[in-house]
Amino acid sequence: MNLNDWIKHNTIHHSQFWDIKKLVEEKEKQGLKISLCLPTLNEEKTIGKEIIMFKSELMDRYPLLDEIAVIDSGSSDNTCEIAATFGADVYLSSDILPQYGEKKGKGENLWKAVYELTGDIIVYVDADIKNIHPRFAYGLVAPLIYRPEVHYVKAFYDRPLAFSQGVRPSGGGRVTEILVRPLFSLFFPDLTGLIQPLSGEYAVRREVLDRIPFPIGYGVETSHLIDVYEKWGLEAIAQVDLDQRVHRNQETRDLGKMAFGILRTFLSRAKALGVIGDLPELNTLLRQFQVKDETFEQIAFEIIEEERPPMIEISEYREKIGRGK
Amino acid sequence: MDTQFKSIDEILAVLPKLQEGARGIQETLIANLIMLSEIPAPTFEEAERIKLFLQRMLECGLQNVSTDEAGNGVGIIPGTDPVRNILLVAHADSVYSGKVDHTISVFTDEIIGPGVADNGLGMAVLATLPTLLEVLGIQFNSNLVLIGSTKGLGSGNLDGLRFFMDNNRLPFDAGICIEGAQLGRLSYTAEGMFRGNITCTLPEELEWQRVGENSAIIALNDVINRILEIPIPRRPKTSIVLGAVRGGKSYNVMATTSNLRFEVRSESSEMVSQIRRYIDDLVADIASKYNAKIEFNVVSSREPGGIDVGHPLVKNCRQVMEQLELTPKIFPSMSEVSELISRGLPAVTLGLTEAIHLHDLNETIRIQPIYKGLAQLLAVLFSIDGGFCNESE
Repeated sequence: MNLNDWIKHNTIHHSQFWDIKKLVEEKEKQGLKISLCLPTLNEEKTIGKEIIMFKSELMDRYPLLDEIAVIDSGSSDNTCEIAATFGADVYLSSDILPQYGEKKGKGENLWKAVYELTGDIIVYVDADIKNIHPRFAYGLVAPLIYRPEVHYVKAFYDRPLAFSQGVRPSGGGRVTEILVRPLFSLFFPDLTGLIQPLSGEYAVRREVLDRIPFPIGYGVETSHLIDVYEKWGLEAIAQVDLDQRVHRNQETRDLGKMAFGILRTFLSRAKALGVIGDLPELNTLLRQFQVKDETFEQIAFEIIEEERPPMIEISEYREKIGRGK
Repeated sequence: MDTQFKSIDEILAVLPKLQEGARGIQETLIANLIMLSEIPAPTFEEAERIKLFLQRMLECGLQNVSTDEAGNGVGIIPGTDPVRNILLVAHADSVYSGKVDHTISVFTDEIIGPGVADNGLGMAVLATLPTLLEVLGIQFNSNLVLIGSTKGLGSGNLDGLRFFMDNNRLPFDAGICIEGAQLGRLSYTAEGMFRGNITCTLPEELEWQRVGENSAIIALNDVINRILEIPIPRRPKTSIVLGAVRGGKSYNVMATTSNLRFEVRSESSEMVSQIRRYIDDLVADIASKYNAKIEFNVVSSREPGGIDVGHPLVKNCRQVMEQLELTPKIFPSMSEVSELISRGLPAVTLGLTEAIHLHDLNETIRIQPIYKGLAQLLAVLFSIDGGFCNESE
């Protein structure tokens, strides 16, 4: 499948899946179980709303989701309390597979969800979405239910507020357009077809999730795409337009940290896959500037992109699901 | 549950069960509240919110779901022995402009965002009512007619509900208007009222030399002073509310336009008319003094009226509230109930929960009291359905 064909066939608008009743029928016919995972760290302003919406619409009204789980990194606000109040299963990331230690980062929660949750499909949705809507889950799950060849479905958001006709720009955020898309263009041109490769919402089949490594920090999405592409090919990936996502904006300085983490992960994956040759040892310190009393000074942030192995390599997991490597 | 009650006391006895059972629809109710409230619906622009309201009722399996020429959303929950028709109204419009961020936040016992109380919760309760009845196993004998009414606030002048009442063919036995706030609210009378706009416009070519002598703000100030001089009697109870003033452009630019929005209320329609004539006269007088164009428009009005405090509907509402340990907060209303009352329909307005910061961007409602509000609503419906609100009884 060439890139143009892929963009044509595997880029879908969520409105194609408006008939949730039909989707549930198809899911039940296939005997699938679907888990929703919300990774959290201090998301008390948005978590209650997300759980209410998914539970009401996709569990009570249409039984599409079998499980709604919050995997929390140790919130100091009321995230866990609110999530439990509205009926989510709440897990502390550190309580899952504690014998493997505790690492800080969203990727850690996503990895541990693979062990803890029971679905054949896991759909990950970030917990900071202000305009949450059931489409954020059913839109991502639907291609996996209707198309067996698709294994990994990524969200993107593209709804112009006002546009007449003709050509208009589209794409991802700043880090995507300045860092990730140029890197993909250089080393994995097929992956440039993903409009927003860094979006935090995606649905994946278990047998894919448990066979790929999970960087625990900023690089997890980039790493997933590279691994899924390398192992299952471009046709295993689809992307769904979920219209619009409203979330808090990040400062440029924070985006710098994000870019640093992604770049480290990218280089590691590219090296591991033999796409690029030997690299010197990569630094873990990102240096940024600030001005104090009219004097420029550097501040250094340590950003370590550790990686969790594919879950299938964990013996406790194999025992739990009764499956070999 | 058994819904054939022989007396109001039997209804009061099931209130705890209703309150507990209502918790079973928490997620559905809050999801409806979020989705409805996040669609901006300033007066005259309620279409999108009504569309969702209708969709929610259709998804509950209601057959008679439609919209009318005024844009109202209407659905009917058919009764098992429909000798009565009960009207439930929630206004769909809100005071917030479409440009305001309508994002809603949900916390353990609070929901925060523009319009969650007025009247997102009222709309959500109507949209969730079919589910609530199904979960509790309740079937009414009467038809329940649910209407999300449009053009209710401000210059909308209740036009949506008025259109529905003018063109509807079902004979109603009683009406309940549902507002998100405040729990314990009980309105069954309406004051006479009109809302007016006074706009002063001066010619653009005002001279610098005459700064201070002439300005649309000064002219409006004169208007306000004269309004404040209008003698207001203590009986019949009458009031004038100066609601909003706008005018001018900047510190050093002479104002050529200014505007006052105000409301006159009275228990007596004669007093309302008298004040209106008085304002007509003073506006003409000030216009000639300033050589200005001063326009006075009435944007909406209501006739006074109400049902008696001893009406069985009111008495039953009070009993239900007292049983729920709510202190009835009784005050006249300018909203939907006034329209129903003016047509001779016994009607009340009920509130559903506790709210703060009404009409601010952080309008906030409490979640837990909602179940009491729902129990109250169901009990009042039972009392109408059972014929305990008929005056002859």
